[in-house]
Amino acid sequence: MKTQRATGAVAVHAILLGYTLIALYPIFLVLINSFKSRKGIFGDPMALPTEKSFSLEGFEQVLQRSNFELYFGNSLIVTVVTLVIVLLTGAMAAWALSEYKFRGNLALAIYLSLGIMIPIRLGSVSILQLVVDLGLINTLTALILVYTAQSLPLAVFILSEFMSQIPKDLKEAARCDGVSEYKIFYAIILPLTRPAIATVGVFSMIPVWNDLWFPLILAPSEETQTITLGVQQFVGQYVTNWNAVLASLTLAIIPVLVLYVIFSRQLVRGITSGAVK
Amino acid sequence: MSTVTGKRQFPWHILVFLAPATIVYTAFMVYPLADSVRLSFYTLDETGATHFAGLQNYVLMLTDEEWAGPFWNALKNNFIFFLIHMLVQNPIGILLAALLSLPKLHGRGTYRTLIFFPTMLSVVIIGFIWQLILSPLWGISETMLDWVGLADWFAPWLGEEHSALVTLALMSVWQFVGMPMMLIYAALLAIPDELVDAAIVDGANHNQVFWRIKLPLILPTVGIVSILTFVGNFNAFDLIYAVKGALAGPNFSTDIMGTLFYRTFFGYQLQIGSPTMGATVATLMFLIILVGVMLYLFVIQRRLQRYSL
Repeated sequence: MKTQRATGAVAVHAILLGYTLIALYPIFLVLINSFKSRKGIFGDPMALPTEKSFSLEGFEQVLQRSNFELYFGNSLIVTVVTLVIVLLTGAMAAWALSEYKFRGNLALAIYLSLGIMIPIRLGSVSILQLVVDLGLINTLTALILVYTAQSLPLAVFILSEFMSQIPKDLKEAARCDGVSEYKIFYAIILPLTRPAIATVGVFSMIPVWNDLWFPLILAPSEETQTITLGVQQFVGQYVTNWNAVLASLTLAIIPVLVLYVIFSRQLVRGITSGAVK
Repeated sequence: MSTVTGKRQFPWHILVFLAPATIVYTAFMVYPLADSVRLSFYTLDETGATHFAGLQNYVLMLTDEEWAGPFWNALKNNFIFFLIHMLVQNPIGILLAALLSLPKLHGRGTYRTLIFFPTMLSVVIIGFIWQLILSPLWGISETMLDWVGLADWFAPWLGEEHSALVTLALMSVWQFVGMPMMLIYAALLAIPDELVDAAIVDGANHNQVFWRIKLPLILPTVGIVSILTFVGNFNAFDLIYAVKGALAGPNFSTDIMGTLFYRTFFGYQLQIGSPTMGATVATLMFLIILVGVMLYLFVIQRRLQRYSL
């Protein structure tokens, strides 16, 4: 019986380890080969860079031939500004929906949550027209506005679930002391909502950072390219330059990897706690 | 002196709290979606003026030789794309989740974190990574197949008409398997221990516990995962565009609704793009997604709920 259990455990670890390898090995291959010379890349693709095969020529080429720093900065601006707006306005709306009784409360909650299931891309024809009419074509502002609209439904939904669980005594006590509604929200509710805000933040960040569609149709100009679009265009242009392609992929992977190492616990907790509900 | 509060003040603060989110959401999501549906009933002439055309665009899209061929092809491919996700991604996700939720498993957090990582990366990056790995030029896949004695089996899968779509779908499966894994893992953890303990006391083994007790209980989550997969797949674009371009080659064999939408809207090669036909494709995609979600809500979820706790 005991040996049977031991072999069972070995089998479980073998499967999990095997799948982990499948999940990470392709990424690992790209990362290690980006630090090799062209000869090293083709000579022995699976080997780690050695003293002989080590080379940074790919990175040099990428940084020379494209505005990688600019793309990265654009992605950072779009993502951070979107997050700030989504978290602030989303928390405000969530608070109003979960706290105040007013006519149309339920209808508005349903209206705002429609967007969880409907992909915003399907409105692209009119979004493009709207962005042109507003004179926002090829601006980061256009991306920020669209991503804000895209992220708000889920943010409002999760935050209002969370806020409806905040105990009544705190806010009632504040109200008795004559504290304004704005201050209650700002000084009491927001700090209490921090864990949910962090979860929503991580959730909303991923699709915004990774999106190709809207940068492609709303802001394809050289000055406004995000990193996802920049990599797509760069790789498309230098398909045959393996050093440059591998290096550009590595440059795109590393920021996400770093963020993931920092936030993975938060993210995993968010997904698992969200799913239980 | 007594202060008399007259009529109750208008609750301005509620308006202030709600207005920013509602306005941005309405202007950049609801309005464009509604306006796209409206546009699908119009045609554009050379001057750029719109004319009401009733269902003409839909009739063209579904029956005209020039439009209907690509449309049905993309729809069929999209269903294959979805089917592969359902048949491969979700079973693997369930298996991994079941293993991760086994009691007394060491390193479960590490496995979970590592396996989930590809899901975080941009679809574009994933597409390029696999394009390199599968490239006959680099020969990595061939070498790896050789390790397990399957070197002869290798072919430039992404370049061949009969295998390109399946290969792309499997690349997408590889990336997103972390999602069902996480959601189902969470659902498995939520099953009360007493249920499992009771079954084990009655002499059930892990296998029986999984098939007879856990699986029926997590079916609602499997349902949610399926509908999320459905919506995601019928909205997919980035992967095909990154690997195959807007033409979704070879010979449109990897064309799905997202790429068809893009080509119809922006045009390609000699064909001029058409916003109104683009809006028609988008509205049809919207209808497909709507039917899928409705089917899930009113047929599948209702049935599943009988089993839930």
